[in-house]
Amino acid sequence: MTFLYAAYTLTWVIHILYLITVVRRYSRLKREVSELIRKKT
Amino acid sequence: MKKAFPILAILTAAFLSYACYEALVVAPREQTMGDVQRIFYYHVPSAWTAFLLFAINFIASIQYLVRRNRKSDQIANWIVIGVGVLTSIGAYVVRPLPQDVYPSSIVTTALAIVGLYFLIRKLFSEQATDILALTTAEVGVVFCTVVLVTGPLWARPVWGIWWTWDVRLTSTLVLWLIYVSYLVLRRFSTSGQTPVLAAALAVFGALDVPLVYFSIWIFRTQHPQPVIGGGGSIDPRMLHVLLINWLAFLCFAFLVCWSRYHVEKLQREVEETQALEALLEPGGNVR
Repeated sequence: MTFLYAAYTLTWVIHILYLITVVRRYSRLKREVSELIRKKT
Repeated sequence: MKKAFPILAILTAAFLSYACYEALVVAPREQTMGDVQRIFYYHVPSAWTAFLLFAINFIASIQYLVRRNRKSDQIANWIVIGVGVLTSIGAYVVRPLPQDVYPSSIVTTALAIVGLYFLIRKLFSEQATDILALTTAEVGVVFCTVVLVTGPLWARPVWGIWWTWDVRLTSTLVLWLIYVSYLVLRRFSTSGQTPVLAAALAVFGALDVPLVYFSIWIFRTQHPQPVIGGGGSIDPRMLHVLLINWLAFLCFAFLVCWSRYHVEKLQREVEETQALEALLEPGGNVR
């Protein structure tokens, strides 16, 4: 059972870590977009 | 689509929870391996999803390369149609076919690939195919990582070893390394030719996908033989749970790809605007 739970847990750890990188990239881009808008105005 | 995203995300999360429940509770316990066999319901769908994403990456990369020139684009269209027709005819002419492989399944697969090619061609512009290729490679690597992590976790209690240099395992590791190198190339190369080089690498990398998939059909490997087709069999209840999990992972992969695609698109727009800003003087004149 340890191996089974380890496999299921690690699967979601991998997916969540990847999702975190996507969300962080998106937040950084949003900051850059607002910076560009601020410069224009 | 943007408004529907939160609803789709909630539905996918519910579907994944249900699929997990089916895998851990509803699926029958395998007699020889016991509960550890349930890793199969995450391992196999993750592998199939990774293969599908790499196939999309392959098609998008080809399109990015051929659509740069109108003539090569037209030639590629006719080649794709020709390969589809020849494969369909060959399925009924070439004998013997591997055990449990039917001509109708070959024709369906060939037509699905041809259909996918023209669907991507219709939905995505030349630049968008490059973004699609990058997105599917990245998400495909994540799913392939899951395959490489869950596989040894199943092998240790069943085989007594974490890893063996068997054709299926080695070719999967090579596949993962090819796509990791693809992502490294895209991340760190600053050349203007990077998308073209990456697309060419992806076309060669995709050749490993059929080798991985058919390795257990062609070679006698330590990896279990195919359970669907190729002479294998599976309990219908297990097959049901397997397909539910695959469908759930496909929905999840679609959502992740969709998000990543839009993040990449936004990133390119921001980079373009920043480059234009850098070229313009404060007064609005080009330097």
